[in-house]
Amino acid sequence: MGYNMTFDVESGDFATAGQASRKIKKKLQDLGISSKIIRRIAIAGYEGEMNLAIHSDGGQILLDAEPGVITLRLEDTGPGIGNVDLAMTEGWSTASDSVREMGFGAGMGLPNMRNNADGFEITSRPGVGTKIKMTFDL
Amino acid sequence: MKVNELTQYPEFTCVNESALSDKEIECGYVGDLLSWVMGNADAGCAWVTIQTHVNIVAVAVLVEMSCIIIPELAELEEETVVKATEEGIPIFQTPKNAFEICAWLGAQGIK
Ligand SMILES: Nc1ncnc2c1ncn2[C@@H]1O[C@H](COP(=O)(O)OP(=O)(O)O)[C@@H](O)[C@H]1O
Ligand SMILES: [Mg+2]
Repeated sequence: MGYNMTFDVESGDFATAGQASRKIKKKLQDLGISSKIIRRIAIAGYEGEMNLAIHSDGGQILLDAEPGVITLRLEDTGPGIGNVDLAMTEGWSTASDSVREMGFGAGMGLPNMRNNADGFEITSRPGVGTKIKMTFDL
Repeated sequence: MKVNELTQYPEFTCVNESALSDKEIECGYVGDLLSWVMGNADAGCAWVTIQTHVNIVAVAVLVEMSCIIIPELAELEEETVVKATEEGIPIFQTPKNAFEICAWLGAQGIK
């Protein structure tokens, strides 16, 4: 293997959000990865993609497939998260009413990512941006 | 029951027949909070949701659902239908409400 892909996600781009996760899913299927693991990566990837579209000023999703491990990184350029522990709490969300009406903003995205990944690291600095690294063991 | 068999029932209208297949409806799931649905719905399910925007297609594809069922004839956005057709996700509309849909699916033996 040894394969990587990068996707840009624009702020506010709800309609095409989901595209990167779909492409990642297809690629992993081509690589012959088990459907159970693909599902977990796809769910975590989609939550990350939606967070970039909804909460960030824009960012990137980076996929890295190596023998034994898939790594998914989400990196954005702001606004950052003031209290990461709070953001990681199930049900906590700053999503607007209009976003909630679309069925987002349940405050379960970050917990869903952590639960689906084998490794989960988040670092965030207000005014700088948020970085999330998820790993999935094969 | 297979997805294409649902078209035999007049109360269910498929809005994108070209997406139909003989994929089995393995189970059902109801929910409108997308994160919740993604975290909990099983592959092969028929998903009952009142959400009609294009992101429901992404959720259905990622979870590998068999179809989406929209209750109470809620109006679907054109973009959603186009995307669902592209991705091979059948969408049905019905006058039944979410509870009635589930009760009906249950009566057909879908658990
Ligand atoms: N990339 C990000 N940039 C800034 N804030 C974020 C980002 N991701 C998440 N957050 C913050 O963390 C909260 C919780 O995120 P999440 O668990 O995905 O729930 P939701 O997206 O439903 O609000 C968000 O409401 C937001 O305040
Ligand atoms: Mg989220």
